[in-house]
Amino acid sequence: MHSFGYRANALLTFALTILALICAMASFSDNLNSLSPSANVQVLNINWFQKSSQGNDEVSLTLNVSANLQSLFTWNTKQVFVFLAAEYETPKNSLNQVSLWDGIIPAKEYAQFGIHTTNKYHFDDQASLSSRNAVFLYFLSSFLGFISSFTFVQGSNLRGREYNLTLHWHVMPKTGKMFADKLVMSGFRFPEEYR
Amino acid sequence: MDWQGQKQAEQLLQILLLAFAAAAFATGYALGSFKTMVLTYASGVIVTTLITVPNWPFFNRRPLKWLDPIEAEKHPKPLPQQIAAK
Repeated sequence: MHSFGYRANALLTFALTILALICAMASFSDNLNSLSPSANVQVLNINWFQKSSQGNDEVSLTLNVSANLQSLFTWNTKQVFVFLAAEYETPKNSLNQVSLWDGIIPAKEYAQFGIHTTNKYHFDDQASLSSRNAVFLYFLSSFLGFISSFTFVQGSNLRGREYNLTLHWHVMPKTGKMFADKLVMSGFRFPEEYR
Repeated sequence: MDWQGQKQAEQLLQILLLAFAAAAFATGYALGSFKTMVLTYASGVIVTTLITVPNWPFFNRRPLKWLDPIEAEKHPKPLPQQIAAK
């Protein structure tokens, strides 16, 4: 404590260390939160179910997603990222996941919602991609369909397939640890034939 | 600052920052507002800076007592010993 600069430096470093400490305490306080999220998804209509230009099965769904995620918000929550994924099993892969819709919930008052939408992203059965082709795909993904048909193994797995719709959420904090969880809703099935 | 004042300033620094941090966390958690916590703590840091960093007079109330010049002459400084060349 011999000079102005010495004291200023000591104060600054100690203040920053204490700030890190209270942020860690704030993040830890998220563990004390009791969670009670609820969600429900209905497939209102299968709009069409065809082979896409790449040769993979592709389906368009109209969904009704309703959920109450208000209990996930704490004082340390910046936003909640939520997405709906369709999950199914094929002979080749035990788990295939396709993200159909996502959204960002910025505050607690928006966390109880119901949306009526078609799937935001294409629902293609692309999962039969071998690892060798996956690297090839990365460099050729900007090319047109006739080239990508050489990189994908044709995915024709969706007819008659049972699938789950799982709502995933990531609770993003203002400081500290991010929590993620999901709710699985099963009992959905594709039609036997294209339409 | 004199020596006692420096020690006082350091102690004040640590205690004030810890106290403001505890108060900031308590109010932020109770009000459910992260912003409140950060603002309370930031104002605490500024207050602590104003109290402990500048060279206030009350930190200099116990100056060292230097000897008077005559007193110093009575106790001459010892001469350095002759050291053999290495």
